Amino acid sequence: MHFLFEGNHILSTILFTPLVGSILLLFIPRERADLHRWIGNIFGFLGLIVSLPLIWRFNIHADAPRFQFIQDLNWIPSIGARYTLGIDGLSFLMVMLTTVLGAISILSSWSAIQKREKEYYILFLLLQTGMLGVFMSLDFVLFYVFWEVMLVPMYFLIGVWGSERRLYAAIKFFLYTLAGSVLMLLAILAIYSSAHTLSIKDILESPHPVFALSLQRWLFWGFFFAFAIKVPMFPFHTWLPDAHTEAPTAGSVILAGVLLKMGTYGFLRFSVPMFPDATNQYRAIMIGLSIVAIIYGALVCMMQKDMKKLIAYSSVSHLGFCTLGIFALTPLGLSGSIIQQINHGISTGALFLIVGVLYERRHTRLISEFGGLSTPMPNFAAVYMIVTLSSLGMPLLNGFVGEFTILRGAFEVRWQWAVWGVIGVVLGAAYLLWLYQRVMFGNVTNPANEHLPDLNLREYATLIPLVVLAFWIGIYPKPLFRVLDVPVQRVVQVVNPGYYATAQGSAAAVAPPPVPAETPAPTAARAEVK
Amino acid sequence: MDAQALSQTLTDALFILPEAMLALFGLAILLTDFFLAPNQKSWNSLTALLGVAFSAGSLYEVAHQTHAGFNNSVVIDPFFVFFGALFLASTGLVILLSVRYMEIEGEQHGEYYALMLLATIGMMFLACGNDLIVLFIGLETMALAFYVLSGFLRRDRRSNEAAMKYVLMGAFSSGILAYGFSILYGLAGSTNLDDIATALARPEANKLLTFVALATVAAGVFFKIAAVPFHQWAPDVYEGAPTTITAYVSVASKTASFALLLRLFLTVFWPVRVDWVMLMAVVAVLSMTIGAFAAITQQNVKRLLAYSSITQVGYILLGFVASVNRDGSVNKLGLEAMAFYLLVYAFFNTGAFAIVIILRRKGVIGDDIDDLNGLIQRNPGAAVLMLIFLLSLAGIPPTAGFVAKLLVFWALIQTQHYVLAILAVAYILPAVYYYFRLVAAMWVRESVDPVRPVISLGQKFALAAMVIVTLAAGIFPEQFMRLATYSLFIPFGR
Repeated sequence: MHFLFEGNHILSTILFTPLVGSILLLFIPRERADLHRWIGNIFGFLGLIVSLPLIWRFNIHADAPRFQFIQDLNWIPSIGARYTLGIDGLSFLMVMLTTVLGAISILSSWSAIQKREKEYYILFLLLQTGMLGVFMSLDFVLFYVFWEVMLVPMYFLIGVWGSERRLYAAIKFFLYTLAGSVLMLLAILAIYSSAHTLSIKDILESPHPVFALSLQRWLFWGFFFAFAIKVPMFPFHTWLPDAHTEAPTAGSVILAGVLLKMGTYGFLRFSVPMFPDATNQYRAIMIGLSIVAIIYGALVCMMQKDMKKLIAYSSVSHLGFCTLGIFALTPLGLSGSIIQQINHGISTGALFLIVGVLYERRHTRLISEFGGLSTPMPNFAAVYMIVTLSSLGMPLLNGFVGEFTILRGAFEVRWQWAVWGVIGVVLGAAYLLWLYQRVMFGNVTNPANEHLPDLNLREYATLIPLVVLAFWIGIYPKPLFRVLDVPVQRVVQVVNPGYYATAQGSAAAVAPPPVPAETPAPTAARAEVK
Repeated sequence: MDAQALSQTLTDALFILPEAMLALFGLAILLTDFFLAPNQKSWNSLTALLGVAFSAGSLYEVAHQTHAGFNNSVVIDPFFVFFGALFLASTGLVILLSVRYMEIEGEQHGEYYALMLLATIGMMFLACGNDLIVLFIGLETMALAFYVLSGFLRRDRRSNEAAMKYVLMGAFSSGILAYGFSILYGLAGSTNLDDIATALARPEANKLLTFVALATVAAGVFFKIAAVPFHQWAPDVYEGAPTTITAYVSVASKTASFALLLRLFLTVFWPVRVDWVMLMAVVAVLSMTIGAFAAITQQNVKRLLAYSSITQVGYILLGFVASVNRDGSVNKLGLEAMAFYLLVYAFFNTGAFAIVIILRRKGVIGDDIDDLNGLIQRNPGAAVLMLIFLLSLAGIPPTAGFVAKLLVFWALIQTQHYVLAILAVAYILPAVYYYFRLVAAMWVRESVDPVRPVISLGQKFALAAMVIVTLAAGIFPEQFMRLATYSLFIPFGR
């Protein structure tokens, strides 16, 4: 037992726990649906449990190695591919997000999935392994394998358990994502022929720039499409509303909560630190696309009739904030962006769960079918209110911390960017609150809604952890900032080395009240480095 | 004949023991077939399997040394051992798949298995021949056996049509190939490949005639591997032939023709590689394009797989394109990619056809896309296996097909064929689209057909072998890549 949790095995343990579950499920007769539910949930939860030791064992100090818990084995010596796992602060948070949301979404499927449970839980656990692998891999081929492996179970989750237009949505999701990935594969091969290594770690830790500017440009675009489609950035977002709307609740939660983060993770892990010159060169385009996504996504939300579609478009807008933060290329922008990615996983995940709660009761997602639900479902109304506020960025809740930090990071560079962002925040409040108003307030207009049961125990169990997390990040985000401090600083030093020389003083000067709680920690850590 | 020459011939004869074994067992089947009652004919398959096993055993015996026999017209080298083993493996797989299928078709005859062994002899000589005459006879032996096999369902019009088309087209292509061979003989005054290579490498060699020979030989081989623009026979033959033979044609016959292509182009035509690289690139791109777009609209699984295999040929040829660096030196990775591709392709492509084979039952051909509907409910194992084979065909990890494509792309990048690389990855998208039409039918659509497909024991063995190779070569490709590297050791020794 101890062997599994040693420093260089723990990541493999986390990675393969869901896989073991899905292999176990293969041997259980398909008639025993409840047994499948139980085992699926046990392994979903077990996946979370085995990832918990990371929390206290992860070293956040600047003198710690960049990647921790490294496991490095020979895999395909002929082409130099290795089985290398390892995490830094960024991937640590992503791994935790994945295990938490994974366990919650598997739990949320208990009564929602009423056909072919066996395949469902097998595929869900496979998906879990695929996503964890993406965040842990430190070898390009390994990374790519996980990146693509994960598409197949997601295709089935949408295609088999989705709603009416599921086949169309599933293949659209698959082809869109694949289109970006295959270009990335070529870029990876080009990296190998230029740098003669497939190790992500070696390239990131190289003291001098690895690629010439002319090559960086090609590589940047090679990776860009893969990540931009995944995020999704405007104008590559059109697969997202379909996939989100058609997917079953748990699929939407994972899709929004984790899959989209792979795109932003890719930018932070590869594009920005590996191709810093190209990043600087194309920064304006990236910022422009982010701002368009923020505004466009929010405006499209305003006129949606379908709750799930509305939340799907809100993801476009929220992820626009994340990319804005990344390409602001300041420490605040980057750490704000990563925290906002976590927040989006929590808030939007919870929003999809809430739609799922309604869908299970009424089998419709149309806003016009609802109204006045706070009368029959008061507890549900309270939870939904908190989640809405968290998603729109109310202080004391998580959304505020992320959005505010991003906007400050952007403001340091160009105040105009922050202005567009603020417009996005206002629009976000508008569509979320308007949605809440139409669904929850007023009189019960539709007789079908009069006697809807309130949340049951299992639904509480899925929603409450997310609400707790939302409050925790909203009130005391310092641990997150501290985890991100070192990785963010390493990225900024590569891509925006001038920042530490000039901007520090002015940044401190404009600092408004809530932030100083965070800033001392980064500066202290920076001092340790020097 | 004096004593020394006799003993030399006997020594040489030992080196064609793998082929001799196949011939012996093939003829034995024809003899013992007389003594079997009509309901016992399936025992012939056992004899055939024994023949394959004995041939494999003798192949293992001769594998340890390099040898050129019969006046240097037959060579034993790792190249031959690799391809010979591959032919034997696919023959064994197809025999295992055939028994129940031919039972259902009501055409369980000894000739079927005998012809398969004879076809394998032809393939083996294609891989070990070092002389134009040997190569041509090998090719014709293989082709004649296939003509008969594809028309084996005598009472089925489609099968007859397939055989007829195959004979006409095949004869035509053999003629073109023979014409190319005759020019080569004219240029070198010898039918031995080594002599021809020496003659063509001389600076005073006639460039125009060499090119004509190259073009005609290439056209002949492109017919056999069904590369665009010589592919029209393939969909009809694939659709009409018994499905087991479809699998056999699409894998073994194709691999054998690729062996011929490699042997000829890496020796005889190596001096004019600049010409053929261009030619291969054009044919490869055309094959990927036509194959991909024609497959999208197919409603018949066998036709769909026929077009998809045309696309696969395009990818394999790209490996060949990438085997020559910009400065004319050899890029081993390209050849390795090709050998690896052919190795794993034999397993996952046969696998995809195997699922179509098990869907055959009395009254249902099982080759329409709708016949796959709801397979996950009717036979979950088959649906999962088909998914793995299709993912491999499409090149999605963690399957062998992904590694094969990865190696091809890698070699293309190394040789700076960026445009080809981008085209090659782009054609994965239509491929995923049409393969996932099958996946959607199996996994998403509901079945109206309550009958559960039955899989015989032999078919289970074959399926297990194919899926194990597909996954093992996808997850731990190292050993398979070493095999591919080993196979290419000799063509460059000479």
